[in-house]
Amino acid sequence: MATDHTAHHDAHHHTPSFAQRWLFGTNHKDIGTLYLVFSLVMFLIGGAMALVIRAELFQPGLQLVNPEFFNQMTTVHALVMIFGAVMPAFVGLGNWMIPLMVGAPDMALPRMNNWSFWILPFAFLMLLSTLFMEGGGPAGGWTLYPPLSLQGGNSIAFVIFAIHLMGISSIMGAINIIATILNMRAPGMDLLKMPIFVWSWLITAFLLIAVMPVLAGAVTMLLTDKFFATSFFNAAGGGDPVLFQHIFWFFGHPEVYIMILPAFGIISEIIPTFARKPLFGYQAMVYAIASIAFLSFIVWAHHMFTVGMPLGGELFFMYATMLIAVPTGVKVFNWVSTMWKGSMTFETPMLFALGFVVMFTIGGFSGLMLAIVPADFQYHDTYFVVAHFHYVLVTGAIFAIMAGTYYWLPKWTGFMYNETLGKWHFWLSTIFVNLLFFPQHFLGLAGMPRRIPDYNIAFSDFNMISSVGAFGFGLSQLLFAYIVWSCARGGARATDRVWEGAKGLEWTVPSPAPHHTFTTPPRIDDRELAHGDVSH
Amino acid sequence: MMARRFLTATALLAGSAGAALANPKPWQLNMTPGVTEMSRQVYDLHMLILWICVVIGVLVFGAMAYAMFKFRKSKGAVAARWSHNTTAEIVWTVIPVLILVAMAWPATKTLIEMADTDDAELTVKVTGYQWLWRYEYVGTDVNFVSKLDRDSDRTRMLRSGLDPAAVTVDGENTYLLNVDRPLVLPTGTKIRFVITANDVIHSWWVPALGWKQDAIPGFINEAWTRIDTPGTYRGQCAELCGKDHGFMPIVVEAVPPAQFAAWLGETDAIAKAARAAEAAPAVAAAPTADAGASAADAQ
Repeated sequence: MATDHTAHHDAHHHTPSFAQRWLFGTNHKDIGTLYLVFSLVMFLIGGAMALVIRAELFQPGLQLVNPEFFNQMTTVHALVMIFGAVMPAFVGLGNWMIPLMVGAPDMALPRMNNWSFWILPFAFLMLLSTLFMEGGGPAGGWTLYPPLSLQGGNSIAFVIFAIHLMGISSIMGAINIIATILNMRAPGMDLLKMPIFVWSWLITAFLLIAVMPVLAGAVTMLLTDKFFATSFFNAAGGGDPVLFQHIFWFFGHPEVYIMILPAFGIISEIIPTFARKPLFGYQAMVYAIASIAFLSFIVWAHHMFTVGMPLGGELFFMYATMLIAVPTGVKVFNWVSTMWKGSMTFETPMLFALGFVVMFTIGGFSGLMLAIVPADFQYHDTYFVVAHFHYVLVTGAIFAIMAGTYYWLPKWTGFMYNETLGKWHFWLSTIFVNLLFFPQHFLGLAGMPRRIPDYNIAFSDFNMISSVGAFGFGLSQLLFAYIVWSCARGGARATDRVWEGAKGLEWTVPSPAPHHTFTTPPRIDDRELAHGDVSH
Repeated sequence: MMARRFLTATALLAGSAGAALANPKPWQLNMTPGVTEMSRQVYDLHMLILWICVVIGVLVFGAMAYAMFKFRKSKGAVAARWSHNTTAEIVWTVIPVLILVAMAWPATKTLIEMADTDDAELTVKVTGYQWLWRYEYVGTDVNFVSKLDRDSDRTRMLRSGLDPAAVTVDGENTYLLNVDRPLVLPTGTKIRFVITANDVIHSWWVPALGWKQDAIPGFINEAWTRIDTPGTYRGQCAELCGKDHGFMPIVVEAVPPAQFAAWLGETDAIAKAARAAEAAPAVAAAPTADAGASAADAQ
């Protein structure tokens, strides 16, 4: 198929300086790399905070930090991981891969692309600087529920401004992705022929545009409540603290799907490649993602079953939430069917993808349990919830990001990563992450609330196991950083196709992908296009 | 004298202490079935869904494991070319819907029962503060605060050097799960709670009763319980409420109705006496100074 790519357009005929390339550059591949490196740095910073939390929780009694600092750690860990690690990683993967997958020369809005990235380091410098301010950083939880979130020092103003910046960055990134996908596809790349990863990002980008302004509104009202004497959320002034929760979760629930839909896309690329069999039910996969995205807008109050909603409200949100299990189930069944009667090999990307399917499904099960309102009255705000969302975010979103990184790394660097170390990374991560989060289900069921710095003796055994898992998992990620770093520096030469069963336009360009690709649109051959029989 | 009468009132309770303890246990894996009809229904729902998930998990992961074992390239597997199967897709859309209906039915039934706070025989007002709880027995003068016991409080200080394992009551570890004054409730009685907060949002949770309910400033939430078994039931604040969120436990002391009536009458009398004493201008010393021993905190 489209082998008339444009390798001779490589960057060697003009050599930009370091600053020109990395600070002012507008190339989608370079910006993708910046996003991914930024995300890895944030992942390690957020992880270090998690280790402070787990170190304090290693045994009962307070040994290391006081409760104020503990609360700052839980709050900032969440904000850094969500807005700094997971979301930028997906934007980075989208930046790198979407133009390559749809046959576009670059993103539709390259200068905005540069801007949307360069906002982020400043936003996070501001967020992290609050930890060193008088009164400390935010300590009311990442959900910023008033009145508690307004009790701290003035650092909340910096947190809110940082959140505004992250939102602006996300919205610009989303606009760019939508504009690229809708306008820049090569002729013949119809919407229903696009790779699932591109589909998942298109839908995610609409979610981002819909909900980031809602978050901006919510935190702006917090800001005026704190500094300008308004009473949006202050009961004493006629306001309503629960209103904040409704607005926050109207953003927050689509937000959790923003962090998982691109993961679905990545897994839907990887499993067919290593099963050497077309993706099962391509169109069902697209419709399932769209249904999940739609449902994400009408389930927000399942985060609030204990605030005292009327019976009718509780029932509505329970039923709507349970419905999500149907399209999610379709996705899992389709992945398993893709493997069925395939010809599988188990390179590192496939291992992470399979780990994703199993452990994300476990997180899905606990999600279904949490949807049942009477049972949620027991689960809510316990470690059961902590276990649930770490299964879907760590072994879900982050495992998918790692799977995608191993999958496309040879295309980015031109070298194969060290497969033995990759497998070590997978097995160490999988064993320790389960040691870390599985016992937290038991802690929650036995009655341990979340966000507490100290606990009764009865909870000590599982907490100790969990902390051991946390340190093991954290250290394993240094191995990941080393593997990526050494792959960027050299190794066995990668072929253009890299993986035997790989399909899609990104594998038709050389490895490493030259600075400029598809300056003339490729010809599209349906049989070689992405994965699956696109007529179903 | 007041202190002695309070001790008598407490002694009334001593008989029932230890009848049914509901502390979390080391290595505890599962939710407590609790001590009320509702908590048992919640537990049954929890187990029903858990087992449904286990069965689905065994099927899905079993199929995956079989595929991984059987269809591997190293065993010479050749990939099939098919990529859809309409019948299978309809089946695995419809069956989950039916399973969901089967879950939603009992869940709805339980939820409707839990929402019905009518015909309560006793109302207790619960107010969350940073970082203690206030209990008011509506219709009496009994009104007191309940906060972390001194033993736990000393031990929980940063680098206190004290051993949390040494904080025990009747041989059970009560570290961070004990209070200076428990909430005394009658068994076999429908009790309505009205729950609110004074500063930030808290959440009142005793696992043995089967639910938690947020305490929100400016709102009055309702919940109810009917405790079957006398005993001491422990819980904690479940909504992050600031630095001492982990240090505002809840203890419910459930006693037979006659014993409860005696306790309430006695405590109410103490409270009324205290209020009268406070109203008398001659008594300058505020009886509320010693909150731990004073039965009433009349305001």
